[in-house]
Amino acid sequence: RHFGSASNDSIVRATLFPGDGIGPEIADSVKQVFKAVGVPIEWEEHHVGTSVDPRTSSFVTYDSMESVRKNGIGLKGPMTTPIGKGHKSLNLTLRKELGLYANVRPCLSIPGYKTRYDNVNLVTIRENTEGEYSGLEHQVVKGVVESLKIITRQASLRVADYAFHYAKTNGRQRVSAIHKANIMKKTDGLFLQCCREVAEKYPDIVYEEVIIDNCCMMLVKNPSLFDVLVMPNLYGDIISDLCAGLIGGLGLTPSCNIGDNGLALAEAVHGTAPDIAGKNKANPTALLLSSVMMLRHLGMGEKADRIHKAIMKTIEEGKFLTGDLGGKASTSDYTKAVCENL
Amino acid sequence: TYMPRPGDGTQRTVTLIPGDGIGPLVTSAVVEVMKAMHAPLSFERFEVSGKMDKVPDEVMASIRRNKVCLKGGLATPVGGGVSSLNVQLRKELDLYASLVHCFNLPGLRSRHENVDIVVIRENTEGEYAGLEHEVIPGVVESLKVITKFSSERIAKYAFEYAYLNNRKIVTAVHKANIMKLADGLFLESCREIAKKYPGIKYNEIIVDNCCMQLVARPEQFDVMVTPNLYGTLVANTAAGIAGGTGVMPGGNVGAEHAIFEQGASAGNVGSQRLVEQKRANPIAILLSSSMLLRHLRFPSFADRLDQAVMAVIREGTYRTKDIGGTSTTQEIVDAVIAKLD
Ligand SMILES: Nc1ncnc2c1ncn2[C@@H]1O[C@H](COP(=O)(O)OP(=O)(O)OP(=O)(O)O)[C@@H](O)[C@H]1O
Ligand SMILES: Nc1ncnc2c1ncn2[C@@H]1O[C@H](COP(=O)(O)OP(=O)(O)OP(=O)(O)O)[C@@H](O)[C@H]1O
Ligand SMILES: [Mg+2]
Ligand SMILES: [Mg+2]
Repeated sequence: RHFGSASNDSIVRATLFPGDGIGPEIADSVKQVFKAVGVPIEWEEHHVGTSVDPRTSSFVTYDSMESVRKNGIGLKGPMTTPIGKGHKSLNLTLRKELGLYANVRPCLSIPGYKTRYDNVNLVTIRENTEGEYSGLEHQVVKGVVESLKIITRQASLRVADYAFHYAKTNGRQRVSAIHKANIMKKTDGLFLQCCREVAEKYPDIVYEEVIIDNCCMMLVKNPSLFDVLVMPNLYGDIISDLCAGLIGGLGLTPSCNIGDNGLALAEAVHGTAPDIAGKNKANPTALLLSSVMMLRHLGMGEKADRIHKAIMKTIEEGKFLTGDLGGKASTSDYTKAVCENL
Repeated sequence: TYMPRPGDGTQRTVTLIPGDGIGPLVTSAVVEVMKAMHAPLSFERFEVSGKMDKVPDEVMASIRRNKVCLKGGLATPVGGGVSSLNVQLRKELDLYASLVHCFNLPGLRSRHENVDIVVIRENTEGEYAGLEHEVIPGVVESLKVITKFSSERIAKYAFEYAYLNNRKIVTAVHKANIMKLADGLFLESCREIAKKYPGIKYNEIIVDNCCMQLVARPEQFDVMVTPNLYGTLVANTAAGIAGGTGVMPGGNVGAEHAIFEQGASAGNVGSQRLVEQKRANPIAILLSSSMLLRHLRFPSFADRLDQAVMAVIREGTYRTKDIGGTSTTQEIVDAVIAKLD
């Protein structure tokens, strides 16, 4: 199986979901930057439907799914799930249909944007299909409910495998498995066992295990202790958001979902920000950095680096910052500055 | 002025479990300081190790008799068949509430200011139910159990704590958007209790957002009430931002009994190096001990101990490595004793 193809110059087709709210504005920013760099990508734009597609039981259409499956690569802006019954949430649909089993979120301190933590450079990799999010719950008797956490060997091996593969291909030295196996001996125990098995195949990468409470404490005391972290679903959800907090919030953290057959769907994890939608105020950094992850996945490392550097430079210069970072620049001013810094 | 009831000055016996790793070191720090204060306490000491498969009967009997226990960490083996003795104690004695106080100690610099958070965590069920099995090879299940009974009583405890300590906000931490039934029941219970405390503001936060907010703007939080697993994560995060687990006090309490220990990472027994060099930080458990004194209605002993510990921190001459110094445990003890008035 392949996690990326190194076709540097032939044109790649990629699916783009601009999404709702600020989505179209920040997606536009990505398109502009890609154009300025000359990224050989041709976008296939897809929008969420206005009615439920029976083939996906969701507002995401079957054609959209097919597009991502065929292209194997995509970028997604924020989307709102229309309220009402009888359909699946957009994120759930995407995850199930595309088999998105791992969520990867690099957290890197941004020079020039001061937070209380300035030495963060880590990547969280979250198992995305099972664990506490199995959705299996029931009421045993009135006032007593049970919720099932499922851990399987297959899903654990798969995500561990990706974590080590990621570490190796991204020049990372260490993988930490985050767990609570002192309490959940069987479930988290199985997760750890799978990580150990995979670790043996990567003798050059240091492998360690950290109990989640201690991990939280260590992260806030000294985040530079960590490199790549791999964990079951719930822990990944919590730790990845905690790490986003360390570097300044969801407006700055990219993410990428890895699915079956090396498929990748990069996405900004922040919401649709309805309060500023359509006002040319949104910060496109998270989506831009997500698109950088997408390029890396495609083996276009050199172009990815150029965009990444330009973003860092723009923020470090601090002349064109959007409102959420304390500046006054519009989305288009910021985008222009990034293009000029390429 | 504290007007005691006749007999309040009677000496009380406290069960002492030094525990593993740094436990004996930090608990004997407490014993020494208590002695120097002439606190009306005597200790009944029992050697217990996390490696045992259960807490010995005589220890349980002692805690049942004395109602109050001081405890160092008990190592919890990862994987394998042995269950955590920390969890056993909480379950058997029905110590359903765990409390950790995470706050900035004046004079101790940390990344955040204005942290003063009390994490109150349900201690008997949830993810710690211990119900796990292999369904077929390669597929294992773990049950998280949430009951209305336990959720209501922890919510009651949290609001009662807030009321008695003049706290303004209680925040329930949950993941009810995913675990709709389980965490939903927890929230429902909290909401019901909240209605009885109109003077205290009640709000709710999703656990992942909570951890993000904790590292960005911790000053927004006051009292937090949580199911079992989220509580340990929130408490350790809050402890970390305010100065580390070595300085945050806490304990576990039920209707009948209470165990006082280092607040966050209570199961943490430190490294071999810490034990050998005798450099563990006793501040957390000393502050927990003043909680113990208050619990036994020795308020002025508690105040004196607090004041001495805080004076040592404020001065900053004697600190252990985890908070930026080089002192040994004994040096901290001596400094605290010297500050006792
Ligand atoms: N990329 C961004 N640039 C600027 N501000 C942002 C960005 N993303 C989020 N915000 C701000 O953060 C706050 C929360 O945003 P978020 O998008 O999560 O809103 P939301 O109401 O939760 O939307 P949704 O329901 O889609 O999740 C808003 O005030 C929003 O303006
Ligand atoms: N009372 C205590 N005194 C000292 N250390 C403690 C105490 N309680 C827990 N610890 C543990 O000791 C370890 C050291 O914590 P910390 O993160 O502050 O320092 P560190 O930078 O990891 O230390 P080192 O560089 O020596 O490894 C952690 O595992 C912490 O949980
Ligand atoms: Mg999340
Ligand atoms: Mg949102």
